[in-house]
Amino acid sequence: MTAVLSPVTPAELADAVRSAPRVLAVGGGTKPRMSRAAADVVKISTVKLRGVVEYEPSEFTFTALAGTPVREIVATLGERGQYLPFDPLFSAAGATLGGTLASGVSGPGRFRFGGLRDFVLGVRFVDGGGRLLRLGGKVVKNAAGFDLPKFFVGSVGRFGALAEVTFKVFPRPLATRTLRLDAKNATAMTEIFTAAGSARWELDALDASPGEGAVYARLAAPAPALDALAKEILSRWPGTVLADNAAAKLWSDVVEAAWAHAGGTLVKFALTPSQVPEFVAGFPAVARGWVSAGGNVGYLSLPAGAAFPSFATATEGKPAFAWPAVTLRGDVALWPGAPPRFEVMRAVKIALDPQNRFPNLDD
Amino acid sequence: MMKSPSSAAMLRRLTALLPAGRVLEAPAQLAAYESDGLTAFKTTPLAVVVLETQDEVIATVRFCRDEKIPFVARGSGTSLSGGSLPVAGGIVITLNRLNKILRLDPAQRIAVVEPGVINLAVTAAAQPYGLHFAPDPSSQSICTIGGNVAFNSGGAHCLKYGMTSNHVLGLKAVLATGEVVEFGGASREQVGPDWTGLFVGNEGLFGIALEITLQLLPRAEMFHTVLAGYRTLEQAGDAVAAVIASGLLPGAIEIMDALALEAAVAAVHAEYPPDSAAVLIVELEGPREVVAADRVRLDEILAKSGAVEVKVARDGAERMAIWKGRKSAFSAVGRLSPDFIVQDGVVPRRRLGEALRRIGEMSREAGLRCANVFHAGDGNLHPLILYNGREPDGLVRAEALAGKILRMCVEMGGSITGEHGVGVEKRDYLPDMFSADEIDCLKRVRAAFDPGELANPGKMFPVTGAPALAQHGMHPLEQAGVISRE
Repeated sequence: MTAVLSPVTPAELADAVRSAPRVLAVGGGTKPRMSRAAADVVKISTVKLRGVVEYEPSEFTFTALAGTPVREIVATLGERGQYLPFDPLFSAAGATLGGTLASGVSGPGRFRFGGLRDFVLGVRFVDGGGRLLRLGGKVVKNAAGFDLPKFFVGSVGRFGALAEVTFKVFPRPLATRTLRLDAKNATAMTEIFTAAGSARWELDALDASPGEGAVYARLAAPAPALDALAKEILSRWPGTVLADNAAAKLWSDVVEAAWAHAGGTLVKFALTPSQVPEFVAGFPAVARGWVSAGGNVGYLSLPAGAAFPSFATATEGKPAFAWPAVTLRGDVALWPGAPPRFEVMRAVKIALDPQNRFPNLDD
Repeated sequence: MMKSPSSAAMLRRLTALLPAGRVLEAPAQLAAYESDGLTAFKTTPLAVVVLETQDEVIATVRFCRDEKIPFVARGSGTSLSGGSLPVAGGIVITLNRLNKILRLDPAQRIAVVEPGVINLAVTAAAQPYGLHFAPDPSSQSICTIGGNVAFNSGGAHCLKYGMTSNHVLGLKAVLATGEVVEFGGASREQVGPDWTGLFVGNEGLFGIALEITLQLLPRAEMFHTVLAGYRTLEQAGDAVAAVIASGLLPGAIEIMDALALEAAVAAVHAEYPPDSAAVLIVELEGPREVVAADRVRLDEILAKSGAVEVKVARDGAERMAIWKGRKSAFSAVGRLSPDFIVQDGVVPRRRLGEALRRIGEMSREAGLRCANVFHAGDGNLHPLILYNGREPDGLVRAEALAGKILRMCVEMGGSITGEHGVGVEKRDYLPDMFSADEIDCLKRVRAAFDPGELANPGKMFPVTGAPALAQHGMHPLEQAGVISRE
């Protein structure tokens, strides 16, 4: 392991990228599989590249350096009654804004207004040539140039090192209420996901715990509206209203993946609600799971050393790994199931990183 | 224009590749494709090919790659930035006949469509399930999803719901290299770099989308639409600031200035509070209980905002009337002036008042009238610059004013385009927004998708040698009131 570089400014980040033939930016290390790289890759830590650059609450936007801890941003926004609606993951554990963007993971709030990709507006990054570039914009609406900021979502640092990010934010809802609905199996979960997804209630979050046989539905609205909405949902499915402190703990545990095995493997899957039963059925006995965003995101946790399930499904007669997946923690492939790769992906890698300074997508 | 023998031979090979009657070459046939919604620009293509299947599109793009022929994909030709302006010596590929909704899945709330499907047709198909497609550019009754994807179209609801890009989950496309790719899928979640997000808004420079997976949203149960008249534009702007500061998140916040109001009154007999120099439209939406609570807050804010009058739409018909006046404002301006161009800059919302004052000053200096209609919620300005194309320097002066306005938007920390795209019209202003290195980076990405620069060349990036500026008034559909420039 070579020395870790710790730039303090975007210009220093560019210097750091240029300083070694092989580099990778690392944030808080909350998703360690994503920043694992070959021994010759020099890690650039972004922990000192922190601070809010610009925050105008009236614009519904902020710009901050990439190494800024998410929890600081959450606190700063909260003081002005605003928030990041996609509920960034691992906030308490020390996730950074840049790492959150590069990992492409969003929390339960992505159900209503969309995920990380729907709130990123602009990025400043260092390309493989060591150039500090700014693409996208700082306003909530902008169509100039290719949307590189979105491209960086989920790109795990393989195409550039993020220096600064600009996000759209929303006013925080005045009140929330969380319902625990009974769902004895995954088919019952899918039924709730499907019906609730098109219902008039405009749920704020809709997650499920397969182990518990429960679906958690969160309403976010002015307080006077909550009683009627909650009552209507509970008249449709049996369940209970969570006390405020229990609800707060539940969602904080979801955001921190407190349900997962400590020191184990954690993998994210992109699903559709109708695929949830098959996803859950594929769990080995030792596994734990969580289903988020109305059945669009699945998480699988395994204790350290447990074998990864095959999740094989027959697509058009050919057995294949069932769903797009990425590993956050643990000793399994970064992209389980080897997703399809196209020639243009290699070409874009060369365009942004001609000297192959950052690891390859599949390294 | 005489075709060279080599182009004639090339067109014979193209004709042989496709079913009979698909390659249009006669001058009268080509004339309909010389311009798009940006009517000031005009170029005659070598030919127009009318395609009906994805395989035909793939074969045609590969033909263009092999023969090194530039191509421009076109839907309904409503681009306001000249995005589908033909290339001299190139072909236009029309996609209107690839208009099938391939799949509509109400359980997953997605629609998979071909590029020629009309924007509003997606919502029409989704409506029986209580769903809709959120992006609503003003041309939505005619513009196609393929065009929306290429230009990342917006509309009146972008602050809350985002742009087209936020509603595209996946796509299949043929790239200019001839490679057929599939990005994303039916899940709302993505894994790996967001290739779909990169493709949306490529302005036709990467290739042609063949199948697009769109997310559908539940239609709001209830709307609360308010129209407030003010004696000054500043008061309307202050009201917007107060609404935003209150923590409300309206679906739409729009402002029209005096000249735009005059036009809407003349065109669709819209009724506005008397003595209003500006009108603010705010729309709340959501479950009825939420709207009931939110409207109390909105009503309080507007009551204190110094409005001449506040009108609340009592039913769906009154709501539609408010939106009709708003959406017709652009074509309505055509009644006030023989010609106009519409701009699409973005400024930080808090600087809207300052931006409007400076636009007023600049238009007075230029001796041109300028009407303003804008998406106040997201700072997206649409100044309509009125001019007379019969005056020898009319268009040139109007373009000069438009350029000043765009530069002002960049200086204020905004953007040269909120939703129309850069296209031909604003390509010379791209360097105002991005450094030489940044433009180089964009060009490298383009080259990864299109090394031969065959897909929609001449758009987005500055080039030497501009296409012909021509003067031929309103788009025929605009004259008919079917579309508007927004």
